[in-house]
Amino acid sequence: MSTPANTAPGSPLESRVTAPAVITASRRWYWSVRRELWEHRSIYIAPLAAAAVFLLAFLIALTLSPTHRREPLDMPYEFAAALIMGTAFIVGIFYSLDALYGERRDRSILFWKSLPVSDLTTVLSKFAIPLIVLPLLSFAITVVTQFVMMLLSSAVLLGSGRSVGTLGARMSFFHMSLMLLYHILTVHGLWYAPIYGWLLLVSAWAPRAPFLWAFLPPFVIWGVEKIAFRTSHFLGMLQYRLAGPEPSTTPARSGNLMEMMSALTPAQFFSTPGLWTGLAVAAIFLAAAVRLRRYREPI
Amino acid sequence: MACIEARGLRKAFGTTVAVDGIDLCVEQGRILGLIGPNGAGKTTALNAILGLTSYQGELRVLGRDPWTEREKLMRDACFIADVAVLPRWMRVWQAFDYFAGVHPRFDRAKAEGFLAKTTIGRTSKVRELSKGMVAQLHLALVMAIDAKLLVLDEPTLGLDILYRKQFYDSLLNDYFDRSRTIVVTTHQVEEIQDVLTDVMFINRGRIVFDCSMEEFESRFLEVMVHPEQIAAARALKPIHERQVFGRSILLFDRVERNQLAGLGEVRTPNIADLFVAVLSNQSGTAQGRAR
Repeated sequence: MSTPANTAPGSPLESRVTAPAVITASRRWYWSVRRELWEHRSIYIAPLAAAAVFLLAFLIALTLSPTHRREPLDMPYEFAAALIMGTAFIVGIFYSLDALYGERRDRSILFWKSLPVSDLTTVLSKFAIPLIVLPLLSFAITVVTQFVMMLLSSAVLLGSGRSVGTLGARMSFFHMSLMLLYHILTVHGLWYAPIYGWLLLVSAWAPRAPFLWAFLPPFVIWGVEKIAFRTSHFLGMLQYRLAGPEPSTTPARSGNLMEMMSALTPAQFFSTPGLWTGLAVAAIFLAAAVRLRRYREPI
Repeated sequence: MACIEARGLRKAFGTTVAVDGIDLCVEQGRILGLIGPNGAGKTTALNAILGLTSYQGELRVLGRDPWTEREKLMRDACFIADVAVLPRWMRVWQAFDYFAGVHPRFDRAKAEGFLAKTTIGRTSKVRELSKGMVAQLHLALVMAIDAKLLVLDEPTLGLDILYRKQFYDSLLNDYFDRSRTIVVTTHQVEEIQDVLTDVMFINRGRIVFDCSMEEFESRFLEVMVHPEQIAAARALKPIHERQVFGRSILLFDRVERNQLAGLGEVRTPNIADLFVAVLSNQSGTAQGRAR
């Protein structure tokens, strides 16, 4: 750090004069996020593996029947995006459930708490993984995968002597990536925030089996509501949260989540009340998780 | 300003009272040994001091309330809870990077220097290290922090005697100076007797004995009494008596050395022996007073 700290051990008071380096909260947050990536390597390994598996399957399909791939932008591109993002979503769920539970189980929470990092910084760094890191990572992996797919199919098409239509493909590729980024930032980054908030809260609280505590209560609420009131508002609420806000303008459910989302303009999306109630709920869950982390001790 | 100041510190878990009204004042530059049987409330008291658990009563550590200001307190205080808490997935360089990233008083070069004295590689994972090496690594990390208060809760638990000796040696030689304060709990009392400046016994959540080591050495004497002198020795009101190889060893509090010299071999007792004496005399009158 600084040279005066290395003065002879006989002059302890001099070494104490050394002004400590100033470390901002954002720097502590940044290092805490990096720490999460060191610990949970599945955050990037799982989407990468999904992409690799998909590319392999795609290559097999191409070599087996190149004639079926006439359209350069067909279902496989969206399927690749869905597969990689779905993998990231699942990783995000399991990560969030373990984030504040695992450190209590292996007692390392005592070690982390021996450092000048607040509970708020810690919880926010763990929240950033499913909310920011995983979506951006899966976006990057998806774009690269789709690009490789395009190159592969172009090569195959060229080899079979057909015209490729590169310009058009590139244009729609760019457009597709943009729509994907929009979808990822809005749905995974903002719309799903209360889901991750809930999982982190359970992970901070659960005395054991956080998975059960996360999924059993909604199930019980659904059952009680169904039997007692013969309604299923709660289930509808969950479905709404999982499926994303539906654009009121598009008449038909095309069945594809990404298309539905993309049809929603930013203005429509940000004026959806569900978005803001969701974010408020997420904030409440997070605040509770921060408070719980302060009180919770190793299991 | 005292480093740690507690008045009526109390902590209960349900109906179990772990810490039952502790008054404590640790000045800067002391090495305090907190000695007590299992379940005496040592760890709970330390956890309260470190802001890891809520408490009742008054407590100031380095002038701060640890429960509400843990983050700020940890810039000037650090602790080793026991050898098991370093995360097992972590690599040595990751620990260094992270400490350098979040701790304003961490001196990376110093930590690397301490590590160079061990056989631990920079790319090793904690799970690959032996228990002793984990303790060495943790100590290297902690000693590289220019902290005012270091709390060690059973830091050498489960280590062999070589590592234990080394641990306290490097703590004294490479780390401690009169501007730091160290609080340590351990069951291997005899090993740290020469290290401490103060000793405190805690039992059932209360402090039952508290004195400085200078006072300890001038106050307490142990005599291996000749069998024929036993009645005379007992008349001087020993606070404890035990049998070793058929000889009686009597422990005296505030009895002049020349009074005892004729009774047998006189020597300074172990803290461990005094601890046993104090605890078995819990209901008696001969126990030490709180300061």
